[in-house]
Amino acid sequence: MLFAGALFGVGLAVSGMTQPAKVVGFLDVLGAWDPSLAFVMLGAVAVYTAAYRGLAVKMPRPFYAARFSLPTLTAIDAPLLGGAAIFGVGWGLSGYCPGPALVALGAGASAALWFVPAMLVGMLLHRAVRPGYDP
Amino acid sequence: MSALAGPARALAGGLLIGGSAALLLLAAGRIAGITGIVAGALRVRGNDRAWRLWFLAGLIGAGVVLGRVWPVAFAGQLARPGWWSAVAGLLVGFGTRLGNGCTSGHGVCGIGRLSRRSIVATGVFMLTGAGTVLLVRLAGAGP
Repeated sequence: MLFAGALFGVGLAVSGMTQPAKVVGFLDVLGAWDPSLAFVMLGAVAVYTAAYRGLAVKMPRPFYAARFSLPTLTAIDAPLLGGAAIFGVGWGLSGYCPGPALVALGAGASAALWFVPAMLVGMLLHRAVRPGYDP
Repeated sequence: MSALAGPARALAGGLLIGGSAALLLLAAGRIAGITGIVAGALRVRGNDRAWRLWFLAGLIGAGVVLGRVWPVAFAGQLARPGWWSAVAGLLVGFGTRLGNGCTSGHGVCGIGRLSRRSIVATGVFMLTGAGTVLLVRLAGAGP
């Protein structure tokens, strides 16, 4: 697990996702758009799709766990849409989504030192107003 | 080479991220959604906190090491006051929990599994993210 987390972190740093100006440039579709971060999703989704379709769906259980714990929700509901919308606003303001913010916190980036504690407060706030929805 | 990453680095990083998420799926049967992993780790008790804490230690630890050996990976900081980052963090924390995922859980794992919820969520946060960047730029507060 430590290795998987480190691999994820290195991947984010290599990809450019830990550079907020880069992320803002990617989101600036109607301005000086820098589409290169689309390749992050392309690469990650390609590998993940291969692992899911090619292996996981054919395995009775994961290698080191009793069962697959995959999401079962299917409804496109208001919390999904509202939550994604709110997340996008914060992402656009800062150029950070949760993973890169945590990597940048480790690197000591000053914006992440503000962002991450506030993000944890936001998560706890959600738990307070909507108990029972957390993993 | 510019300090900001180009498409080749983006693709290479994406492959590593996908590899990590695939590892989590095949080894532990878990979705590599950073938001969900953090939220579960924030619980006071629970029997599946350990793997979350290890994963997050690896994620943050990678930042600690890279911040020293490859600081340019963190170039491109926005000139923003602390409160700006804090407001953004609050919105990201609340929004990702309400919407059950972020760029990793919805954008990579969910889309990889062709989940309808994740495809819609990714479209929505890309749209409001782009809208926010546009508004900030039009308001003259560009980076």
